[in-house]
Amino acid sequence: MDKLKKLLKVWTLWELLQGLSVTGKYLFKKKFTLNYPEEKAPQSPRFRGLHALRRYEDGEERCIACKLCEAVCPAMAITIEAAPRNEGAPQVNGAGRSSNYGNRRTTRYDIDLFKCIFCGYCQEACPVDAIVETRIYEYCFESRTGSVITKEELLKIGDQNESQLAADLEVDGRYR
Amino acid sequence: MFELSDTVLTVLWTIVKIVVIVAPLMLGVAYLTYAERKIIGYMQVRIGPNRVGPKGWLQPIADALKLMFKEIILPTGANKILFVVAPILSIAPALAAWAVIPFDDELVLSNMDAGLLYVLALTSIGVYGVIIAGWASNSKYAFLGAMRSAAQVVSYEIAMGFALVGVLMAAGSLNLGDIVRAQEGNFLTWYWLPLLPLFVVYFLSGVAETNRAPFDVAEGESEIVAGFHVEYSGMTFAIFFLAEYANMILIAALSSILFLGGWLSPFQGIPVLDPMTAWVPGLFWLLMKMSIFLFLFLWFRATFPRYRYDQIMRLGWKVFLPVTIFWLFVEGVAIYAELGPWFSGVLGA
Repeated sequence: MDKLKKLLKVWTLWELLQGLSVTGKYLFKKKFTLNYPEEKAPQSPRFRGLHALRRYEDGEERCIACKLCEAVCPAMAITIEAAPRNEGAPQVNGAGRSSNYGNRRTTRYDIDLFKCIFCGYCQEACPVDAIVETRIYEYCFESRTGSVITKEELLKIGDQNESQLAADLEVDGRYR
Repeated sequence: MFELSDTVLTVLWTIVKIVVIVAPLMLGVAYLTYAERKIIGYMQVRIGPNRVGPKGWLQPIADALKLMFKEIILPTGANKILFVVAPILSIAPALAAWAVIPFDDELVLSNMDAGLLYVLALTSIGVYGVIIAGWASNSKYAFLGAMRSAAQVVSYEIAMGFALVGVLMAAGSLNLGDIVRAQEGNFLTWYWLPLLPLFVVYFLSGVAETNRAPFDVAEGESEIVAGFHVEYSGMTFAIFFLAEYANMILIAALSSILFLGGWLSPFQGIPVLDPMTAWVPGLFWLLMKMSIFLFLFLWFRATFPRYRYDQIMRLGWKVFLPVTIFWLFVEGVAIYAELGPWFSGVLGA
């Protein structure tokens, strides 16, 4: 009987028809395709995109050149050079120096985005929430050296996206 | 006044007819590639091309333009003449076979009596293009693809030929128009029912003959890159592509003519529907039937994984061939017994 059943199955091409019915059903299923430039996938507040350096509300940059990010970076993509700051140096018949005088500040803060693996460790390591990863993921480089973004560029990205960054950190802060 | 002789007029008139057949065919090929990408996309839960023109309708035009402007690379080790001749050899039969396809009762370019033989001969010539391409490329993969293709086509040709023998036994004619007329009655008198095994064998052999999935070992992307046309680029590649799709449409047309009653209306002989649809031209029904087969081609490709090489050989020689021969015997008995409505009167004719 089993043999007969198998024979019938083979000669009616039963299993092939079953296969066809599967693809036939999928023909009418809802499609998963996202029409990218017009439609975009939703992003989490933890999205790890392009980096940015943030400032305090008074315009003072947050980074204190502690180099924790440089140390933690598994791809060694971050290069930092630091020096005491001498802006606002005492004037000759000085009415006092700037409160920032002599503070440790970065003179160079480069991230090589070719090396970066966007793990987000730098953001986690930062004690002052200075280096963060934004939601920006649509960018490109036009030369081989273009992959290195400098401190100025990072600060600019931070300035442009501050409201979004602050909101995202606020939402995520509860879990950190 | 300049007078044209009868011969020149006939030649010109024939050329016009050829253009009228080939131009829509080429357009059909272009949009078959579009349909293929769309349908396979839909079966894979994607939406397929939708960027060029509304809903991607201009995609095949863009593809054609791209291929036209690409460089034709002649490999250094290749046999230059054969390398260029091969694509021509593969498309010429695919187009020439259309000469005998009847689109309607009187709508046929060449109403020849040995139409079926002519078609069988031309579809077999197509494989020369593949073999020559593989050899002339002077490349391992191309050669392997050509060898596979040769073995496969030779095996399936036989089953296909026997399936056709079944049709001509039932119709008593090699003329494609007469074969369709012999199926007249209603959709149950078409040959798909009495010759069901031959119908299945014929269509599957047709899929194998056009080197389409799941019988696409000649191309076998995952094994031999692109098979016989690895070395081809630009327009020479496009011609192979064109030939493959033209062959698909040809097999679809032949299957509809031989087994699904060609231009005959499926409502023939049904009381109310037949008079209601009498105004529909036969060409429409033929195109409908063809599109069913073309959809099957695409459906197969989206569903079945490629056959292993030895399994293809086994299927051709050990399954299709015995099945067709057995069914020819059954059919012979049925004709002798004048089994109606299909086989009554065949013996006398």
